[in-house]
Amino acid sequence: MAATIIQTNETPFSPIEVDTITLDIIENALRNAREEMDATLFRTAMSPGIREQGDAFPLIADRNGLMVVGQFGSFIGGFLRAYEGEIEEGDMIWLSDPYSCEGAVSHNNDWLIIRPIFRQGRLTAWACMFGHQTDIGGKVPGSLPTDATSIFEEGVRIPPIKLFRKDVLQEDILKLVLHQVRMPEWCRADLLAIVASCRVAERRVNEICERFGDDLFASATDELLARNKRAMGHLIASAVSEKKVSFEDYICDDGRGFGPYKLKCTMWREGEKVILDFDGTDPQAVGSVNFYLNENMLKMFFGIYMIMVFDPQVLFNDGFYDLVDVRIPERSLLKPAFPAALSCRTHALGRIFDVLGGLLGQGQPEFLNAAGFSSSPHLMYSGFHKDSREWFQLFQIGFGGIPGRPWGDGPDGHSLWPGFTNVPNEFLERYFPMRITRYTSLPDSGGAGKNRGGNGILMTYAFLNDGIIAIHDDRWFTSPWGVNGGEPGERSRKVLRRKSGEEIILPAKCDNIEVQEGDELDYITWGGGGWGSPVERDADLVALEVKRGLVSIEGAFDNYGVKVRDDFTVDEAATTARRAEMAKTIDTSQIFNFGPSIEELRARCEVETGLPAPMPPRQH
Amino acid sequence: MSYRLGVDVGGTFTDLLLIEEKTGRTWRNKVPSTPHDPSVAVINGTEAICAEAGVKPGEIDQFLHGTTVATNAVLEGKGARTGLVVTEGYRQILQVARSLVPGGLAAWITWPKPEPLAPLETTVEVTERLAADGSVVKPLDEASVRAALQRLKNEGIEALTVCLINSYVNGAHEKRVGEIAAEIFPDIPVSLSHEILPEMQEYERALTTVANSLVRPVMAMYVANLRAKLRALGMKGRINLLRSDGGLMGSEKAEGHPVNLLMSGPAGGVTGALWVSRNAGIGNILTLDVGGTSTDVALIENGEPKLRRETSVGHLTVRASSLDVKTVGAGGGSIAHVPELTRALRVGPESAGAVPGPAAYGKGGDRATVTDAHVVLGNLPESLLGGTFKLDRDAAKAVVQKVADALGVTLYEAAQGIIDIANENMFGALRLVSVQQGYDPREFALMGFGGAGSLHSNAVGKLMGSYPVIVPVSPGVLCATGDATTQLRYEHARSFNKMVNQTEDAEIATLLAEMREVVKGDLKDEGVPEDEQSVRFEAGVRYAGQGFEVSMAIDIADFEAGRGIEAVKAAFDAEHKRLFTFNLDVVHEIVNLRAIGLGKAAEMPAQKLAKGDTDPAQAKLRDHRMWVEGQERDAVIYERAKLEAGDRLAGPCVITEMDSTAVILPDHVGVVDDFGNILINPVA
Repeated sequence: MAATIIQTNETPFSPIEVDTITLDIIENALRNAREEMDATLFRTAMSPGIREQGDAFPLIADRNGLMVVGQFGSFIGGFLRAYEGEIEEGDMIWLSDPYSCEGAVSHNNDWLIIRPIFRQGRLTAWACMFGHQTDIGGKVPGSLPTDATSIFEEGVRIPPIKLFRKDVLQEDILKLVLHQVRMPEWCRADLLAIVASCRVAERRVNEICERFGDDLFASATDELLARNKRAMGHLIASAVSEKKVSFEDYICDDGRGFGPYKLKCTMWREGEKVILDFDGTDPQAVGSVNFYLNENMLKMFFGIYMIMVFDPQVLFNDGFYDLVDVRIPERSLLKPAFPAALSCRTHALGRIFDVLGGLLGQGQPEFLNAAGFSSSPHLMYSGFHKDSREWFQLFQIGFGGIPGRPWGDGPDGHSLWPGFTNVPNEFLERYFPMRITRYTSLPDSGGAGKNRGGNGILMTYAFLNDGIIAIHDDRWFTSPWGVNGGEPGERSRKVLRRKSGEEIILPAKCDNIEVQEGDELDYITWGGGGWGSPVERDADLVALEVKRGLVSIEGAFDNYGVKVRDDFTVDEAATTARRAEMAKTIDTSQIFNFGPSIEELRARCEVETGLPAPMPPRQH
Repeated sequence: MSYRLGVDVGGTFTDLLLIEEKTGRTWRNKVPSTPHDPSVAVINGTEAICAEAGVKPGEIDQFLHGTTVATNAVLEGKGARTGLVVTEGYRQILQVARSLVPGGLAAWITWPKPEPLAPLETTVEVTERLAADGSVVKPLDEASVRAALQRLKNEGIEALTVCLINSYVNGAHEKRVGEIAAEIFPDIPVSLSHEILPEMQEYERALTTVANSLVRPVMAMYVANLRAKLRALGMKGRINLLRSDGGLMGSEKAEGHPVNLLMSGPAGGVTGALWVSRNAGIGNILTLDVGGTSTDVALIENGEPKLRRETSVGHLTVRASSLDVKTVGAGGGSIAHVPELTRALRVGPESAGAVPGPAAYGKGGDRATVTDAHVVLGNLPESLLGGTFKLDRDAAKAVVQKVADALGVTLYEAAQGIIDIANENMFGALRLVSVQQGYDPREFALMGFGGAGSLHSNAVGKLMGSYPVIVPVSPGVLCATGDATTQLRYEHARSFNKMVNQTEDAEIATLLAEMREVVKGDLKDEGVPEDEQSVRFEAGVRYAGQGFEVSMAIDIADFEAGRGIEAVKAAFDAEHKRLFTFNLDVVHEIVNLRAIGLGKAAEMPAQKLAKGDTDPAQAKLRDHRMWVEGQERDAVIYERAKLEAGDRLAGPCVITEMDSTAVILPDHVGVVDDFGNILINPVA
């Protein structure tokens, strides 16, 4: 079954030749419109997750639902195939259930608004945006239960429904949904902000059409897609081999004691087409770490990576989709069967990017980046204020080390996600009962290399109120790998210090941890992997980084072979000797340095991390 | 007689405008800028204009100055080596920043790792801690302060910044650190974050205060130098500098707060446009200031330019008020190119700069620029700057032909394409300040200025539907006009952060009255008499829980009468609806309050032109051919200086003057107003 689109004017658009300059103008205008969508959202949304951190994604698509501007690929095709109903002028579709749109959004927290744009009775374009809601009800604050085994435990599920009909808000529907959530005011504001953003896009599309004509707009979007397809065609032909290459990486565990879960992708080219085959990926998990991966979204990720790695000049859209064939095995971690739990998909989503990076780069190691994606480390903190008894609830996204890159060092404590920012600590302290007593990048946590991986973050939260916390993070068991001689980055860890002085190592994924006033949490994120041999790093730079507190004096010696004196100068003789020694043990024939094998990691896990090793995932 | 002198230092020229205050009589001058020491050109120009006017420098009451000294120090990375003192646990505040990697998905792959504005090796921690309500969690450990500052002694710092957590609520610890720093570093300027920016958000406050430190020594040296030289000339009057927000401030105050001068240059253009708009009787204006490498645009509504709470220079964005000027990398020197992969025509952001410059300048430029496209099309006649500067039309044709070949189009199509794309980039910037802020550009006039503004303004005005397109008098010295005609302005802001149900009208009225006294004191210090002072107020308002506030004008009388809160709520709801299409049933939060004290602006009546007979024949230089809107057409070149009031200029035509050229498109007509501005409208 597929959606029925009701047009009052069925006249097809007449193809018009579009000169290249007009085309560029329309592309710029659409890009401006997309940026305006973001600006509108950030200015009006309420949850810190969206307004401070930017966890929201807009797009504008052509009449066929193909994304012309945006970055997560079009959600519209999947929705249209799955939606059983009519779509008319004045509709505004609202949905959150991944199973109702082929994974266009991948957990219930992402609320998606889809706006068909009609002109003179003809469907002309689409505007959409989704944003992560801080809370959508369900068993735990934040609605990302680690222990869920079905999607029914993961908060309110919204199938595709019409939030607006004939541009009238369906208040009852909104009321019904907001009644299920812990933070209805945030959800209402964020949702209306997303709606306002889509309306902004609609207005801009209308202006462009008025300026150039509806037919020309249709031809122009066709040509923008075609132009991208031609450019990507060249890139694919030159950068992707007909020989099969594979890459595999892991998410560490499922928060239920099992892991790691393997993600494997094999890539090859057949003629002009690239095949990305995830055969060999582990079966779906019992818990909520499954990632229902939409094929088109993966195509977009692939396309963006190709462009950013090989030619950042190309502007991307959905035009090249026909050139990529994505194969994902059913009932695997990346295509779980309904009603598998999905809420904690962020880990696999992050890891997909490491897999793509490793897959694309290994043919041309000079373009290869090291690994860095942990996931989006989350902290949830909620409770009732001790004085007012009012409910407070925080959902915060953390950041870590950007990988070492051919272009240079990875920045320390930065975001791998586009547009994301941290929440100012003064804001946290003013509006939540907590104090941030340390906020720093952690020396030596970035993988050593000619180009250093970025350091992870050490953030110490002092809780000023009783409450519960939840943590969602990864890369605590496997390491962010280094490349071309670079070392892996340090893994993440979480230490809860009770007021009594007792220290507890918390798992990377946990819910419902009770904290009391006076307790402190050290939230430590992963470091990026290193790029190139660390003995080739400029010794003076290593010494300067010691002075800057980014590398320790021991780390400089152990990892870079640089003997730094107390006055931060380099001891040349000791450095030469140590580096000569190190050079013998660095295996430059291997492109990737993953660190120890899974078996070794398991054996050392308890000693190194303070946590029991995960058990191999069960087949089911 | 008393005089005021406006001086604007640009990249190429330093422009001067001298006004006889009683009569409004003016003199204009232009001397080459001296980038190694901008004060040289200022003094040269001052001497020249005084000689021309027969005025002694001692007769100049007010010296009003827009300067890019601070801007250039930031852009060229020539700021001071700055020490930074932070709360323990926060040494990496600038290193981690807001964790933002600009750009889209995977942009981290190519984003260069930034170096913090104050290096980590000169950033030190001190032991202290304040809570979010300003109470002391951990007292300031003065021994830790002394030890930390001693460590900085060996680092050769030239300025010092103090930014402690939660100091925006309580500045006591910062003040004390400042006192100790003054003992240890008696010769170094110290900037305290709670004084420079008393606002929440530690990173932005630290960055803004460090930016202040960064430009403080260079500004102090420049201002001291300039003051000494002006005094040596016998100039005894006040020296005021133009701030990024379009207001003037005394040069002594400016030395301590130079972060407020980062956009002083562009602000001069907007204030100049304001003066023209008052004369032309047009309140709603979009400005288009086209220079060699970039274009600045701004919006003026009802004679009020829009302010923003940030200032951006290059990649640096700090929290200091500035006129909402958007800059795009599209100017006369922007280079056109055609990437092989997409075969799309791109213009800028790369620029040919002053050297080699456009191919038409004959200084070795070998890539097509916007200026070359203008030359090919005939928009720019063969000589510039009153005939002293010849353009090489053949060279321009040769480079534009290369673009044409890459695109597979004709020479003229390529040239027109380059101009169209440049116009589109300017259009994009104008949309940011108009449409995106909820303003309909069709309700605004468009004023082009700067060297190339009037080459583009008609075409851009057509895209925007913004009429009339105004070609102002003396577009080349418009910035100096702005410097000379604007007013002293002092702002005082306080964080408030209260829901409207947690406060009362009386509380706000009392606060506003206190704040009024502060800005009146500032104005008094600058010698503004009581009867020339005016004070107005603003409140930053949002729905509780939102991250951004909207600045609303408020009236202290409303709060004194007990109706202020209701008034500001209603006004905010209306503004939110206009900006974002919806309202929320959520309590309003007043985030901050601001008092703005203004001195009196100069009354500079514009001089009127002789009335003509509507026929511009007396100003015609010669017949001309230009390529416009897809075909070659007959056109006329006019000389600006010979136009008379009421003359009607039918497009297509070109109007030249000493340092500027204007184009009027076909189906448009320009009418010269009483003051010499040309107002272009479509032919009905």
